[in-house]
Amino acid sequence: MTSSNTYDAIIIGGGHNGLVAGAYLARAGKKVVVLERRPIVGGAAVTEEIFPGYKFTEFSYVVSLLRPEIIRDLELPKHGLKILPLPSTFTPMENGDYLASWDDHDLTRRELYRHSPKDAEAYDEYARVMARAAKAIKPIINLIPPDPSSMSIRDLMGLLKVGQYAASLSEKELYMVAKLATQSSADLLEEWFETDALKGTKAASGIIGTYLGPRSPGTAYVLLHHYMGEIDGAFRAWGFAKNGSGGVSGAIFNATKALGVEVRVNSSVQQVKVKNGRAVGVILENGDELTSKVVMSAADPKRTFLQFVEQKHLPDDFVTSIQNFRARGSSGKVNIALSKLPNFTAMPYTGNGANSVLHRGAVSISPSIDYIERAYDDAKYGQISSALPRHDLPSMIDPDMAPPGHHVMSCFVQYAPYDLEGGWNDQRRNELGEAVIATIEQYAPNIRECIVGMQVISPKDIEAIAGITGGNIFHGELLLHQIFFLRPTRNGQTSAPRSKATTSAQAAHTPAAA
Amino acid sequence: MLNLNLKTTPFHERTSALCQPQNWRKWAGYFVVGSYEHVLDREYWAIRNSAALIDVTPLMKYIIKGKDAAALLHRVTTRNVHKMKVGQVAYTGWCDEEGKMIDDGTISRLEESTFRLTAAEPNLRWLTMNAVGMDVSITEVTDDVAALSFQGPNTRKVLNLVCEKPVDELKYFRLMTNKIHGVEVTISRTGYTGDLGYEIWMDNKDALKVWDALMEAGSDYGITPVGILAMDMARVEAGLFMLDVDYTSASHAWIESQKSSPFELGLDWTVALDKPGYFVGRRALEKEKREGSAWKMVGLAVDWVGMENIFKQVGLPPQIPGSAVRASLPVMVGNVQVGYASTSTWSPLLKTYIALAHLQKPYYEIGTDVRMEITVEHHRQHAPAKVVKLPFYEPEWKKK
Repeated sequence: MTSSNTYDAIIIGGGHNGLVAGAYLARAGKKVVVLERRPIVGGAAVTEEIFPGYKFTEFSYVVSLLRPEIIRDLELPKHGLKILPLPSTFTPMENGDYLASWDDHDLTRRELYRHSPKDAEAYDEYARVMARAAKAIKPIINLIPPDPSSMSIRDLMGLLKVGQYAASLSEKELYMVAKLATQSSADLLEEWFETDALKGTKAASGIIGTYLGPRSPGTAYVLLHHYMGEIDGAFRAWGFAKNGSGGVSGAIFNATKALGVEVRVNSSVQQVKVKNGRAVGVILENGDELTSKVVMSAADPKRTFLQFVEQKHLPDDFVTSIQNFRARGSSGKVNIALSKLPNFTAMPYTGNGANSVLHRGAVSISPSIDYIERAYDDAKYGQISSALPRHDLPSMIDPDMAPPGHHVMSCFVQYAPYDLEGGWNDQRRNELGEAVIATIEQYAPNIRECIVGMQVISPKDIEAIAGITGGNIFHGELLLHQIFFLRPTRNGQTSAPRSKATTSAQAAHTPAAA
Repeated sequence: MLNLNLKTTPFHERTSALCQPQNWRKWAGYFVVGSYEHVLDREYWAIRNSAALIDVTPLMKYIIKGKDAAALLHRVTTRNVHKMKVGQVAYTGWCDEEGKMIDDGTISRLEESTFRLTAAEPNLRWLTMNAVGMDVSITEVTDDVAALSFQGPNTRKVLNLVCEKPVDELKYFRLMTNKIHGVEVTISRTGYTGDLGYEIWMDNKDALKVWDALMEAGSDYGITPVGILAMDMARVEAGLFMLDVDYTSASHAWIESQKSSPFELGLDWTVALDKPGYFVGRRALEKEKREGSAWKMVGLAVDWVGMENIFKQVGLPPQIPGSAVRASLPVMVGNVQVGYASTSTWSPLLKTYIALAHLQKPYYEIGTDVRMEITVEHHRQHAPAKVVKLPFYEPEWKKK
C-alpha cells in the first residue's frame, strides 16, 4: 500500500454534504479524500444538460437551509454561488381564479383579502406564530441529539441543554411547539384559515418528501420544517441557485479544490474495512484500497450500514433497526424543456411572456386539502397520483438555463410511490409524465404545444442514479419517530459499535438542497 | 409658467409606467426611480446575475473641447490625461489646492481634443476658473445627453443583439461609438456596480428608442429595470463610494475635518504624482504621500456570529435593513472611537453585513479587529467586525 492512499479522513459520497464535510476537514489541516461513484460530483444536487441547450436540476429543485456560515466559511460566493430569489407562489384554482403570494407582505395580504378578509388577517398572526415556533425549535436542530436513556456526561449535558431550552420557552410557546410536533397539517391549517386554495398550498409543503397525507399526524412538523428556511429574514434562504442545484455543488466543489481536498469521481466504494470494531479504510470496486483514521459516509444510513459495512461487524438489533428505518421515496421529478412559456388561463400574459410575473415563482397545483389527501389515498395503495405537481421555471430566474426564449420547467411531483404496484418501468414513467401534463393542462391549456422534451424521474431512478436508498429526498423519511435522538435509530447506535463511521443523516438534518 | 416640479429624465415615460411602489428619489434636481418593485431582491440580482437597466441621466456631464482640452483636465484632475488614448475612459477625483477632494467622475477621451467629464455635482465654475488663458470650451450637456447604465453578466450578449457593431472587443474602461436600431450612441465599458457593465450615452430625443430596443432584446436574457436603491447595494460590494454620502466635497465642507484627500479615500491609484507639470493639489498630495495619511477608507465585514450573539441577548435573530444605509455609524476599538462607517449594507451575494468605513491610522490596516455600532431594540451595541480589502466582490468577468 502506498502512502498516497492513506488519509486522515475518507468521505464516501461526493454530494453537497460529503463535499462540505471534506472542505471543513481540509480547513482543519487534514488530508481528505472524497469518493464519488458517479463521473460528476453533486449527488442529488446536480445540473445536467438533458436536452442540448436545456439545463436541468435533475433531482432537487430549490435551495434552503444552506447555512450562511457555510457560505461564508468556505467563501462560496467567490467560488460561484449565487442564490437567486423565488419571489412568489401561484396556485391556479378549479373555478378559474388563482391565489398568489408575493414577496411583499402588503401585496400578499391584499391578494388574500380578495379571497377572504378573515384569512388575510389570520395570515399575519399565523406567520408570526410559525416564525416564533421555528425560531423556538431551531436551536434544538443544531444540537447533537442526546440519548435520553444514556448516563454519559455528553448525553446528560445534552439533555440539560434541551431542558434549559424548554424552560426558556414561554408556556404558550411550549404548548405551541408540542402541538406542532404532533398535529396534522390539515388540523393546524383548519384552525386558522377558510380558503381552500390557501390551505391546500400550505398543506402541500407539509407533505413534501414524506409518505404522508395532510391529514396524517406529524405533517404540521414538516410544514414547520419548511418554515425554518424563511426565518432568517435577510438570508432569504429559499431560493434558486444560479446554474441550478449543480451550482451549489459546483461552488462547494471549487472550494474543496482550493482547500486541497482530493475528490475522486468514478470511485464506487465496495466495502468499509473494519478492524477491531473500528472503520480503518475502504475498498473500492476497482480493487483499490484506501486507509484512514476516519471513514465518514455521506450516503444514507441503509446504504452505509447494510451495504458498505459487513453486518458481522454490527450488533444484530442495530442491523434490524436500520432495516426498519423508513426511507420510502414518495416523490418524482418531471423535467420539461419548453419552446415557450405555458399560458395559465387564470393569469394570462400578453406579448412573449418573458416578463410574466407568475412564471418567476413557484406554481403549485393544490386547490384544497381534500384534493391532496385523495392523491395520498392513491399513493398509499401503490398507485401513481401525479395530481400534485409543484413546478417552477428556473430559466425565468436564471436565463442561462435554456436557449434564449426557451425555458426549462422543473416539476416536483407528489405522489410517485417508490413501491409502485407492478414496479417502475418506461411505460409507468410515461404514465407519470402524462399525468403531470394532463394536470397542468387543466390550468394551462397550451402546455403540450410548448414541450420539446421531457425527462421523468421516479424514486427508483433517484435511487439508481443518485444512490439514495428508496429514492427518499431526505435520506430517510422526515417522521417524528425518525428525527432527533431517534434518528436513524436508537441514539448512539449510529456510531455502533463505536466505530467512527457516521452518516450524514446524523450530521445534517436535511439536505441543503431539497 | 412657473414650474417647481423636479425634472424628469427622457426615460420617464417608460420608467414611471414600470415603477410599482412609486418609490422615487431625488438626484441632482431630477426624479429617478428608487425601486421598481416592492422588494429590492430581483433588482439587486439582475445586476449580479443577468442585465440591469438603470437610468443615470442625472449624472452631470460636460463636454470639454479645444486645443487645450487635455491640458485643462490634466491640470484639474489627478490623472495623467495626456497619456489617455482616444476611446479611453479614466476614473478620477479632483481636488482643491490643499489636495482635498471636490468631486469624482469619469473622463472620456471622445476625440483627440474632445472629452466628456462626468461629475456628481455642478463643476462648471471650477472648470472655468481653471481654464483661464486656455483655448478650450466647456459646455454642460447634462440635460441634453441621456444615459443608461447597463450592468450585469448578460449585458454583452444583449448589446450584441441590438448594436450595429459587436461590443466583444470593447475593453474595460474603453468606449466606442455605435448604433442601436439606427440611433447613434456612445458605449463605454463602465459602471457603478463592479460587475460586467456598460454605460450608454445618447441624444435625449433618442432615449426611448434605445430603451425599447434594449428591453425587447433583453427579455430573453433577464433584463430588468433597476432603481438606484439596488445599485446602492451593489456599489458598496464593489467598494465604490458616493459624494455627500461617503465623503464631503471640499467646496461644501464647513470644517476642515469634513474634507478627504484621494489617498484617504483609497484612490492612490488615480493620483499620478509622476505626471509632468502642475496639477491642482499637487504639492499637498506629494506631502501627504511622503508623510502618510491620517485616515483611510476601507471595507468592514461584520462578524455574523458576533452579531447573532448580541441579538440573542434580547431573544431576536439578527435584524438587517433591507437596503443600503447611508448613516454614519461609529467604529470602535476598545472604548475609543477610531472612525465611522458611512454606508453599510447587507450583501445578498456574500451573505455578509458590510460597510465602507473611514478609519484613523493605524486601525485601517487589513485584518484589524474593530467594532461597529448597531442598534438592537433601541439600544446601541457594537458588533465585532474586521477590516478587509476592497472591493468586497469582484467577479472575474468584470474586466474580462
